[in-house]
Amino acid sequence: MTLEARRISYAYAPGSDVIRQATVSLDEGRITFLLGSNGSGKTTLLECLAGLRMPRSGAVLLDGQDLRRLPPRLRARRIGLVPQMHEPTFSYTVAEVVLMGRAPHMGLFARPSAEDWRAVDVALEAVGLSGLRNRPYDRTSGGERQLALVARGLAQGAAYLLMDEPAAHLDPHHQADVFDAVSRLAADGFSVTIASHQPNNALLYGDRAAFLIDGAADLQGTPSEILTKATLRQAYGMDFEILYAPGPSGPSAKAILPLSRQS
Amino acid sequence: MSPARGRTSWILVAAVPILFVVALLVGRYGIRIEETFRALLGLDGVSDVFRALILRVRLPRALAAACIGANLAITGAAFQGLFRNPLVDSRILGVSSGAAFGAAVALLLSAGTLGLQASAFAFALLAVALVLLIGARFGSAPLVLVIGGILVSALFNALLGLIKYVADPLSSLPAITYWLLGGLSQASWTSVTPLCAVTGAGLLFFLAIRWRLNVLTLSDVEASALGVRVRGLRVAVVGVGTVLIASSVAVGGMIGWIGLVVPHIARAWVGPDHGRLIPVSAALGIATLLALDTIARNAIASEIPLGILTGLIGVPAFLLLFLRFLRSRGEAR
Repeated sequence: MTLEARRISYAYAPGSDVIRQATVSLDEGRITFLLGSNGSGKTTLLECLAGLRMPRSGAVLLDGQDLRRLPPRLRARRIGLVPQMHEPTFSYTVAEVVLMGRAPHMGLFARPSAEDWRAVDVALEAVGLSGLRNRPYDRTSGGERQLALVARGLAQGAAYLLMDEPAAHLDPHHQADVFDAVSRLAADGFSVTIASHQPNNALLYGDRAAFLIDGAADLQGTPSEILTKATLRQAYGMDFEILYAPGPSGPSAKAILPLSRQS
Repeated sequence: MSPARGRTSWILVAAVPILFVVALLVGRYGIRIEETFRALLGLDGVSDVFRALILRVRLPRALAAACIGANLAITGAAFQGLFRNPLVDSRILGVSSGAAFGAAVALLLSAGTLGLQASAFAFALLAVALVLLIGARFGSAPLVLVIGGILVSALFNALLGLIKYVADPLSSLPAITYWLLGGLSQASWTSVTPLCAVTGAGLLFFLAIRWRLNVLTLSDVEASALGVRVRGLRVAVVGVGTVLIASSVAVGGMIGWIGLVVPHIARAWVGPDHGRLIPVSAALGIATLLALDTIARNAIASEIPLGILTGLIGVPAFLLLFLRFLRSRGEAR
């Protein structure tokens, strides 16, 4: 069971590829971080993986099947896109937000069934939001909103969760809440992919990491393998310090800190 | 649903038939309840004049008020969700401007009631078709449709100005002006029968699709990621809503504020979930317009144009709602 992008290229305008020949494989039970500077193509790659953008060349394959040939409803039952938390226009409750994730299981004219509501409760339970079921979504904290959007993906039935900057706008405590929940999901077999601006989170929570540099994803591996001073400099154009701690099998990286450029 | 919300729904369900009967009972000629029901059921014991008054004047007019109230409120609720903007009303896509122009042309040419309604309906559809055409050229995003609506409205307003400019200031100009104020005095079975049919079909469509409307309040990317074919659904909702509004405007003229304010009141009562919002908006729209039209017919010796009445009531109602909203956010005292 795998979701993979095979040598895909994507361009918003002809002649200027945002994604270049990228190959990424997302496995179940793993947290994969997509790292890279602003404009490096992370969100575009996520939307290609979600089947919302069709690559110019190459293909995104779900268990070997091209996403182009998968009807949107069936695709949405397997792949969930978790957007950045946002300010909603209307004051839906948390449960109502999560219920929208049932859309790919409901007919156009169907009303939510007992089974749909059960799926909502299970999803809320999985991210630890059962207590906020009837709270208006816009009266919850940023971290809770992010978790509600994860729950929406779970209600879809998606085994592949693609998250766009889940830690944006969150303080360290709420970031930890979100990543703890995500780690539990990965332990339960979900495949979680996280586009992130924070290499340190990749080091702390990631099983794998991929650097997107100018739309190419050539640098991939375990976070401790590929997050080096040299690759960080290449990706972000500035210097980082990496803190190591001694362990049973030699020192391992524990933190990545951006350095001031004003020294 | 909380007990308070449940009670509200029951009050609404009861209010609609009561207001409907009141609309039939109240008028220039006092007709007793018993006579009214005898006339409705086709029984003896009621004078021919009263029977005709009930069956040929008050009944079609009450039905027109109910249909138009439902159409304006449902379409307003659906469009507010679709455009992710609570300040949108059912006229956002230029329907009214198109209809106003169409009606003005018919009045200029002295085309008669049926010609007027047909022309208003046709130009209302044409206006929205133009907006959708502009939208299709630029990707049909909500913002594109809103801008298209502004442009097309402005175009038809300019054309309406032209018609008024060339209209006879003693006959057709006052007729145009009066029509633009909105009112149901022209309602007759010839116009109300098709209106009822369209309203029934549209009501069924929106009731059937109401759960899916929630997903349309999300961004296009999110809704697509949930497996929803956003563009097709949006065009379907806009299309059905446009036919509802166009047929309403053709019969009742410019009746503002219902499509903006009623969905807000409904949302304040039952929340934004379209599963409840659509039926409650419909019932509230029907009740409101039935009540207002009864007032419009009876408050003073001559009739008050309905569009004036909805404005006079709609503006303070909206201000109250807005104040409530600001208070809930702690931005006003």
